[in-house]
Amino acid sequence: MKVDRVLVDGVASGEVLALDAPLSIWGGVDAESGRIVEAAHPQFGESLTGKMVVLPHGRGSSSSSSVLAEMLRIGTGPAGIVLEEPDSILVIGVLVANRLYGTRCPIVVATTTPEAGGVWRITGNELE
Amino acid sequence: MYLELSERDRSLLAGDLGEAQQLAMELLIAVGEADGAHHLIDIEAAHIDGCSYHGQAGVDFARELVEGGGEVQVPTTLNVSSIDLLHPDLYKGDPALAESAKGLMDLYVALGCSPTWTCAPYQLHDRPSFGQQIAWGESNAIVFANSVLGARTNRYGDFMDICCALTGRAPYAGLHTDAGRLATTQFNVVLPDSILDDDLAYPLLGHVLGQLAGNRVSVITGLDERADEDRLKALGAAAASSGAVAMFHAVGVTPEAATLSEALGDTPAHHVVELSLDALRDARRELTTAIGRLGAVSVGTPHMSLEELGSLAVLVDGRKATVPFYVSTSRDVLSEAETAGVMTPIEAFGVIVVADTCTYITPIMGDIEGDVMTNSAKWAYYAPANLGVSVVIGSLADCVESAVTGSAVTTGEW
Repeated sequence: MKVDRVLVDGVASGEVLALDAPLSIWGGVDAESGRIVEAAHPQFGESLTGKMVVLPHGRGSSSSSSVLAEMLRIGTGPAGIVLEEPDSILVIGVLVANRLYGTRCPIVVATTTPEAGGVWRITGNELE
Repeated sequence: MYLELSERDRSLLAGDLGEAQQLAMELLIAVGEADGAHHLIDIEAAHIDGCSYHGQAGVDFARELVEGGGEVQVPTTLNVSSIDLLHPDLYKGDPALAESAKGLMDLYVALGCSPTWTCAPYQLHDRPSFGQQIAWGESNAIVFANSVLGARTNRYGDFMDICCALTGRAPYAGLHTDAGRLATTQFNVVLPDSILDDDLAYPLLGHVLGQLAGNRVSVITGLDERADEDRLKALGAAAASSGAVAMFHAVGVTPEAATLSEALGDTPAHHVVELSLDALRDARRELTTAIGRLGAVSVGTPHMSLEELGSLAVLVDGRKATVPFYVSTSRDVLSEAETAGVMTPIEAFGVIVVADTCTYITPIMGDIEGDVMTNSAKWAYYAPANLGVSVVIGSLADCVESAVTGSAVTTGEW
């Protein structure tokens, strides 16, 4: 299906990790392990690494761009990000990592998505 | 896509001002398109969060900008880093990390930014004024600038903040626009007078607001002039931690909300929520992860203002802390407080002063035996995961009483 908007263009696939609450990547995720460390988060302990991360929007710290870029640099970052609402803090983190390290992590906004679970693939403006 | 560029934008994009400005403009355009902006606007100031160290990526980016001849085009302040340059011995972490953090700080100064090292740039003398277009990073500073000063910034993340500073431009979208600043969510605060007099009410209120408002602009009714700048700071910092709040209005208090209808723009709110004492009590429980032995106290997140240091000086006068008591503030405010004689009773109390950084982002406190008490919901929100400590939240007065008695004291009707 078509996504609502492409925020960072690219091709990626990964197992879906659907987050039930917004996430602050800084303070909420350990960059080295890729895991959610915020104890109160519903997906506490889950790893973002290589996943198609689905979340409503970002939250909290503006340092989340730096942490996301660092995760992509060291290989603990997500495969792609599917948002319900645009979030430019995540967008700039990915753009900088893509530029510096040649990583590819697309970000799209999609209000209608395939059924949760399994593997999703982003190809430009297609999500399946 | 459809982002219209000025002649100067095109010149920057062509690299006429150097490679750093070219890269900044490329990224600005990409983010602007993602934000749905149609053009860029001039900004008058920037505040950079990207100067705090979160790994090699931040250093690599800043180095590319410095090597590309980057120079900020507007007055630009710098956020906290992970080391206190005034008191470097406080740092108890890996020396190699401190070296990297220092290197990153130097790179941002090399780009022409002012070494202010504070998360509360709104406490500096030349803070933005009402209606000014700015580009600020640091979530608590963003919400304060929009809500309390009436200056206009979106939630800029690390990297984007410096791209705006290097070009003097920002995408015209969201909170830069009149329409983007109108509230869509309304919170009717119904609290007893004694609670509205209590400092602790405000960070708790912010914590709830962030959870419920998410990334929406909200308007609060039921606050009055007791919600001064420091209390609004605490409220906003909490809301920008538990949520993605970049702006709130408080009717009769903040500058774009003389009336409810001014804040809403004559469109009724999509959501109207009543907030009573119960919601604040829940927030207090949520932010208090343990009540055992008191190990330390940490206040000043965001950085303490001169007024707050003045209140602290009165509370601690002639008394002694029995546990480590940390106060985080900026070097500018610290210097003013020293000149005013405010620091004398605070130092006599036994306070450990932290400048340029903050206790929850860097290993300064070391191994704490017991809980840490704080008056900051932001600190309480992040410290358990960052530092592995358990937390008790209380007012500034409670923090002082607790430090004197050595166990967590909570007064007030909580």
